[in-house]
Amino acid sequence: MKTPIYFDHAATTPLDERVFEKMRPFFTNVFGNPNSQHAFGRDAVKAVDEARDTIAKIINAKPNEVYFTAGGTESDNWALRGIASAYKDKGNHIIISPIEHAAMITTAKALEKQGFKIDFMKVDEYGVIDLEHLKSIVTDKTILIGCMLANNEVGTIEPIKEIAKIARSVGALCFTDAVQVCGVLRTDVKELGVDLMSMSSHKIYGPKGVGALYVRNGVKIDSILTGGHQERMKRGGTTNVPGVVGFAEAFRIAEEEREKNFVYVSSLRDRFIERVLKEVPFVKLNGHRTNRLPANADFSFKFIEGESILFSLDLAGIAVSSGSACSSGSLEPSHVLLALGLPEGLAHGSIRFSFGKHNTIEEVDYAVDVIKTAVERLRAMSPLFKAEGEIKYV
Amino acid sequence: MYSEKVMEAFKNPKNVGEIENPDGIGTVGNEKCGDIMQISLRIENDIIVDAKFKTFGCAAAIATSSTATDMVIGMSVDDALKLTNKKVIEVLGGLPSQKIHCSVLAEEAIKKAIEDYKSKKAN
Repeated sequence: MKTPIYFDHAATTPLDERVFEKMRPFFTNVFGNPNSQHAFGRDAVKAVDEARDTIAKIINAKPNEVYFTAGGTESDNWALRGIASAYKDKGNHIIISPIEHAAMITTAKALEKQGFKIDFMKVDEYGVIDLEHLKSIVTDKTILIGCMLANNEVGTIEPIKEIAKIARSVGALCFTDAVQVCGVLRTDVKELGVDLMSMSSHKIYGPKGVGALYVRNGVKIDSILTGGHQERMKRGGTTNVPGVVGFAEAFRIAEEEREKNFVYVSSLRDRFIERVLKEVPFVKLNGHRTNRLPANADFSFKFIEGESILFSLDLAGIAVSSGSACSSGSLEPSHVLLALGLPEGLAHGSIRFSFGKHNTIEEVDYAVDVIKTAVERLRAMSPLFKAEGEIKYV
Repeated sequence: MYSEKVMEAFKNPKNVGEIENPDGIGTVGNEKCGDIMQISLRIENDIIVDAKFKTFGCAAAIATSSTATDMVIGMSVDDALKLTNKKVIEVLGGLPSQKIHCSVLAEEAIKKAIEDYKSKKAN
């Protein structure tokens, strides 16, 4: 088996060669600043406009509803802060899900310090939003409801259409972070009914450091990055021309190959989940069994800790990520798993496997064999794991 | 990032297991913080002749358990009580700052096992 094997596509993906070729001239020959008036500038503008058109078309929006950013984190920040600021006269109430990306949670907490009232939705054990609970906490002061389209850690896909309807019923806006979903599932903003949507390039074989925010025409949003006239005066800073060209090309390819990749990557995930559940004892699949991203398999391995599993797999040439506190550098395990109601021990023992279009079934099978050995070895070291039939807790 | 010595101790830890009818045993940590360390000792004439560990925790926790148990074998209980986490870190070629608490756990587990031994002996 050729190692290392990369099973961390939810973290980032390798740049597609075709995307790289498309970007190449924009680092050297076509280097103009899109804000310049001369021919060099015009060439750059043309490329940026084309990129914007491509993305707008895929998400069924108008080009002037797509704003380029430096990635998902900036888009999330902008959506939350920009809407909070623009609509503060209407109300100060914002609702987000408890399983949002840190870009949302941390930003919401910052807004709370500024006087906004932040409430959290509830999720069930699979991470699906409780719509009845959401209906019970919206008020006429609610200005924004923010929920990711699918969770980055456990892969659960959220009922955004219904959430958007609830938002509309009280005159609030609906924002979705679609960073894990763009190019993976359909992301038609009209169909979803959302007013704002975050997108990122590097999760779909595009370059890092570039993304976009969809803002429906008619929605007011204040800038957070003030500066020049870029992005229709809404987002200062010279446009990352090679980046946006690469992002659009990556998104175009992902959309073109979406169904093929969905079927293929789902088949890897399903084989992996089936084998792990069958062959590794005391393991829990986190997230929903079927209503999940095609690439995602997230497991908690009882009696052992995630970071030590991560390094055991790393030593055997398999790259994954963990929701344990030890790998995040904080003392708390994953807020996502805790929101799903997992006991802390199990949350510490979680590993996310995220597959990609270049992975093979042989790699999946190899990984299962490695996992079995690694888990057995670590359990032999664990004071929580006694001889079979003498388990301290399950 | 872990040092090579930490990764080596994680890969091939020494003294894994549990001593049957130990002369002293100590367990520290909890699941909430993600680390539990259990150290059991065989002590003859106040000299630690064997030490074993079982650890639920990260690579650093396992590596420090291995190193700390290795260091106390052959020591008198009084010398073992003087073992500090700094010495364990030194032998491991350093630990990332957020992992220092793992080495503290190893020091505490050994102390607790020795206290257990002393209280058993007093009775």
